[in-house]
Amino acid sequence: MDVEFLLNGEVVRLGDVAATRTLLDWLREERGLAGTKEGCNEGDCGACSVIVTDDRGPRALNACILLLPQLHGAAVRTIEGIAGPGGEPHPVQTAMVEHHGSQCGFCTPGFVVTMAAAHMAGRRDHDDQLAGCLCRCTGYAPIVRAAEAVEDAPVPGWMIDDPIAGAAPSRARPGTSAPGPAGGARGSGRGVAGMAEGPGDPTAHDGPRSRAEAPAAPSRAGVGADWGRRDPVAGTGASDAAGGPGGGWVRPSSSDALAAWLVDHPDATLVAGATDVGLWVTKGMRDLGEVAFLAGCRDLRGVDVGAEEVRIGAMASVETVREAMAPLHPALGEVLRRYGSVQVRHAATIGGNIANGSPIGDSPPLLIALGATLHLRRGEERRSMPLEKFFLDYGRQDRQPGEFVEAITVPRQQDRLRAWKLSKRFDQDISAVCGAFRITMEDGAVAEARIAFGGMAATPRRAAAAEAALTGAPWDEAALRRAAAALGEDFAPISDMRASAEYRLEAARGMLTRCWLADRGAAISVLEVTA
Amino acid sequence: MPPPRPPRARARTGPGEVVVSVSKPLPHDAAALHVRGAARYVDDIPVPPGCLHLAFGLSDTAHGEVLSIDLGAARAAEGVALALGPGDLDPMPDVSPSAHDEPLLAQGLVHHMGQPVFLVAARSHLAARRAARLGRVEIRPLPPVLTLEEALAAGDRHFDGGPRVWSRGDAGAAVAAAALRVEGEIEVGGQEHFYLEGQAALAVPGEGGDMVVHASSQHPTEIQHKVADALGVPMHAVRVEVRRMGGAFGGKESQGNALAVACAVVAARTGRPARMRYDRDDDFVITGKRHDVRIRYRAGFDPSGRVRAVELVHLVRCGWSLDLSLPVSDRAMLHAVGAYDVEHVRVESHRLRTNTQSATAFRGFGGPQGMLGIERVMDHVAHALGRDPLDVRRANLFADAPGPSAEAPARGPERDAPGPDGPTHGAARGGAAAVERPRDEAADVASRGAVGAVEGHPAPAEPAGQSTYYGMPVTDYVLGGLVDDLARRADYQARRTAIAEWNAEQPVLRRGIALTPVMFGISFTLTHLNQAGALVHVYQDGSIHLNHGGTEMGQGLFRKVSQVAASAFGVGVEAVRITATDTAKVPNTSATAASSGTDLNGMAVAAACATIRERIAGFLAGLHGGAAVRFEGGEVRVGGEAYPFAEAVRLAYANRVSLSATGFYATPEIVWDRERGRGRPFYYFAYGAACTEVVMDRLTGENRILRADILHDVGRSLNPALDLGQIEGGYVQGCGWLTTEELVWDPGGRLATHAPSTYKIPACSDRPDVLNVALWGGANREETIHRSKAVGEPPLMLANSAFLALSDAAARFGPAYPALDAPATPERLWRAARRAEAGALREAAE
Repeated sequence: MDVEFLLNGEVVRLGDVAATRTLLDWLREERGLAGTKEGCNEGDCGACSVIVTDDRGPRALNACILLLPQLHGAAVRTIEGIAGPGGEPHPVQTAMVEHHGSQCGFCTPGFVVTMAAAHMAGRRDHDDQLAGCLCRCTGYAPIVRAAEAVEDAPVPGWMIDDPIAGAAPSRARPGTSAPGPAGGARGSGRGVAGMAEGPGDPTAHDGPRSRAEAPAAPSRAGVGADWGRRDPVAGTGASDAAGGPGGGWVRPSSSDALAAWLVDHPDATLVAGATDVGLWVTKGMRDLGEVAFLAGCRDLRGVDVGAEEVRIGAMASVETVREAMAPLHPALGEVLRRYGSVQVRHAATIGGNIANGSPIGDSPPLLIALGATLHLRRGEERRSMPLEKFFLDYGRQDRQPGEFVEAITVPRQQDRLRAWKLSKRFDQDISAVCGAFRITMEDGAVAEARIAFGGMAATPRRAAAAEAALTGAPWDEAALRRAAAALGEDFAPISDMRASAEYRLEAARGMLTRCWLADRGAAISVLEVTA
Repeated sequence: MPPPRPPRARARTGPGEVVVSVSKPLPHDAAALHVRGAARYVDDIPVPPGCLHLAFGLSDTAHGEVLSIDLGAARAAEGVALALGPGDLDPMPDVSPSAHDEPLLAQGLVHHMGQPVFLVAARSHLAARRAARLGRVEIRPLPPVLTLEEALAAGDRHFDGGPRVWSRGDAGAAVAAAALRVEGEIEVGGQEHFYLEGQAALAVPGEGGDMVVHASSQHPTEIQHKVADALGVPMHAVRVEVRRMGGAFGGKESQGNALAVACAVVAARTGRPARMRYDRDDDFVITGKRHDVRIRYRAGFDPSGRVRAVELVHLVRCGWSLDLSLPVSDRAMLHAVGAYDVEHVRVESHRLRTNTQSATAFRGFGGPQGMLGIERVMDHVAHALGRDPLDVRRANLFADAPGPSAEAPARGPERDAPGPDGPTHGAARGGAAAVERPRDEAADVASRGAVGAVEGHPAPAEPAGQSTYYGMPVTDYVLGGLVDDLARRADYQARRTAIAEWNAEQPVLRRGIALTPVMFGISFTLTHLNQAGALVHVYQDGSIHLNHGGTEMGQGLFRKVSQVAASAFGVGVEAVRITATDTAKVPNTSATAASSGTDLNGMAVAAACATIRERIAGFLAGLHGGAAVRFEGGEVRVGGEAYPFAEAVRLAYANRVSLSATGFYATPEIVWDRERGRGRPFYYFAYGAACTEVVMDRLTGENRILRADILHDVGRSLNPALDLGQIEGGYVQGCGWLTTEELVWDPGGRLATHAPSTYKIPACSDRPDVLNVALWGGANREETIHRSKAVGEPPLMLANSAFLALSDAAARFGPAYPALDAPATPERLWRAARRAEAGALREAAE
């Protein structure tokens, strides 16, 4: 089955693509584009970062766990496409040289690409933007100096990519082989993709492309002529005769198409962002069997902030969720700020984070504390359940064959959420413990306590005993002690490389104490202390 | 004879413009390539069609007997050309840098989980990795020895024939007699290098059995030696090229041997090029890391905080093979008393064999572990006395060396340094008896692992004046002034007070602060490795091409050396090009290690440049009646004439003056008797100090480094920008070692932290928000290249201040000593705070 995308401004059309072929391997092995580096092959170091632009705008992603079929209709820009058509350096490149931002240079392409993406989006939160890029030489300070130095530099015109929305298989795209007109759009084919308002002026580059803007609903920018309107279930895909056994794959273009197909293919692997499935491929070297790539199910992407509830489509990226939810629940925003990295958050979806059932996924405890409801769909049947009911046991969820996660709804409520993620490293680490607390008061007593933890059991789980210990009583030190003790009834965590069982339990109690202290206005976060 | 009309100048500097290359903050020589993704690493080199890609099949057992290996499924897998088990290699190539105890593939026994057992060659990297999982290896498990306790209990696990002891005075008696005593133990964890570019090699077979190897290696000569040995050919049949590494940090001193040998063996067998790189997870489980060490200490001191005696026991976990563990452990001993002048010292070092990855070189090479031990002692002494740890540290410093060097300006051109102007700059060694003789023909004499295989020098006389416990005179000490200066810059005293006030108001957070010194010995402790060669060509157009024995791993060596060469000829650096390190250009190189790259290779290049310069000068002086000749500003000035450099070169060429020269350098003065632990193993010391402030949370142990102030001695900097980069980067890397970077092996010996998802090096936001770095001015008292100092390793140990600041914060939770272990993960800090608090409970109970 064909995959078509723009690569540094040129149309690439690939036939017979294996479901498991990663963009990184393809770039390096078949295109000879060796500037994109493999540092870890699991999306944790950022050396393979590329910019991918689709109707949601440009964003940095890890090429090592990006499967080629995910890219259909998108534009990809690698380090080789960051300098201008005439070789003129991108401001980020110049600044990195001037500020001595490279030493061994191996991580540098990933940094430059990620910085260029952040620069396009006008971001100034450099630590967060670069959390997904590891550098072992510089200690980061010179890189951040370089990022700061170009904050006000205009975005070069050649950086503006349009996805190939609606590109017909053999359609010639104007401007694909010659440098673009003044403004430097290099082969972007501007104007053919439903982007008639496309920014010719680099400085005008903002608006819907900016990731800084929190969409309350799916962005409509860049909607292509036939995104989602092509054959609902495109072909059966091809197996990869050369690269080993890859199952057939499909690319449903709507949730209806997915629902219909999945009923008949209940054992298929669903690939949304591939931040987890990618590792099955690169580390587990697993074959995925039949695969449905969900990138085309645009109708599952939206976050709808209504008067009664927030409805989050399963395919909403974690970054989209963070942007939409942080104003409502800052504590959730703060935990999700530390979820993976920008590369991971842009790829990972909320549905994937829930459906894979990890005991240490960071969104479930938060959503459980907020009283979220999970919506599942099988064919035309739909059912809903409190999110906590979905997680049955380690690796086992209440998802029937042919069923998929369609959405999460979170009731609108006064913000009482407190949540903390505990890990060895603050950024881009997996939680040892993730705790979420929603304690509501009425007449001086606890009306309701919803407390959920990740990392404390085989599934994300509520702390029923602790909740009971608090409910109906004043939220005082005695209640705190009772609830802390009760956590020992709720959980018997395990020891692993992240934390010992004893520490997990004590840290969970510590979080409860922190919650209590925070309600009293005490300083509780080392992240808020400055020298 | 009138000088000919100069041709159209291609010179990059106009006449009269002052070109002073040395001391300029120029960017890394490949920076412009780095930022475009155009800098080529081993895996980026285009290969001819038919190239094979290799992967190892690994042991899944920490210790066991290999009963059978079935490679049928691997051989049958798609794209596989070859699968080799140990039975297919006779003789089995050895990949050890020392004791010939590392067969390329495990023979009979496996000694750690992750040890290569078989080898697959396939059409792609992925096909090879897939096939490597299809080999069926049957192993009968044997009890593994994983921990230091188990190794000590087993009784027969010592490398080096038992513990090594170096001492001065009678530490046992002096501790016993001291007014006050502390004793304790600190665990110091290991560290994965996490070079962003994993291990990689490429072998391309040539005619007549020749082999060209591209390796990501700090030690091309070692690769050449091991490949030649594996192929059964002389070293002249193997050429090794290293353009650059994507980070190394010691992890590519010996750990690349296996890949290069595997590639060469397959290439020789098949006649096809062979390439290998480890997937990151394989890299973690196959290759060695920094040694983890447990240090037991007893110290005797007086009420003023002066430490009279210290006894230290280093328990060093070496892993399954010897590798470089002896010189690493030696260096840990040499830094066991750090920057301090303690009269009675006894250091006992156990180098213990375990069924884990073979620990190897890592920036600092044992020095960081040794130094952290004594900093812990100082901290503990201060706690026992209830005094500021900085006061205790100050009370134990050596006396500053008299003289002006400490006050010299930090930066500025260094034009008249007593540099290496002569063509030779040989060692001034003491007497005819000082001849190094390899004892063993098979010894790998270019490796640091050759410790003990080369006969050392007789012990030197005991020095007068202050000296280290191993008898090295301390004549260049600057830390008294440096620490005072830093304490002032960092506003240490006021902040300590402010922190105490802040802490008093906090329910769960505490800040801590610490200021610690660094004193790091510069030279290979295996004396004969302190040599280097260079090859310099000047072309007719005035461009300069050179090679030296050092390798570029990001440290900026090529840039610094190009500045040295440019300076020698009075031209700009753009006139100088350094190409890949190549064993055919410069032979018999030492590893680029021990911070020695610039010291050694800069001097060798300077010597070669001086030879050519003198030839040109001699010729031009002859033209101008013996007038003095100067090379400056892009010109050669003689007798009132100013030739553009290129013109002078053309003239010399036309008059048959040789414009190519080799250079050689051997570090003078150093003499080391390892058996007795006496002598001067180092040419000089590099100094520095750092002051770090942190905050931690008692509830979870979470913590942040808030601010660091650093003052570091680089002598007269050859390139302040690169030196600052080494200092900042080294500090953060050291902070990673001591905070978040935790290696965890499960009870079966499996490394559970085998990828960046589980092993956490510092990320962007982990650097301190406030990071002030300044260079301590002053020329190196020794005659190093332009009086600069080595800077690769020493800054890593500035991070000791972060660890001790965390210890200080933990100590604020109670009266007991927190006895923090490294790495100070949130969990360890939480435990340390609890220990401090537990003291409060005990006191309350009493």
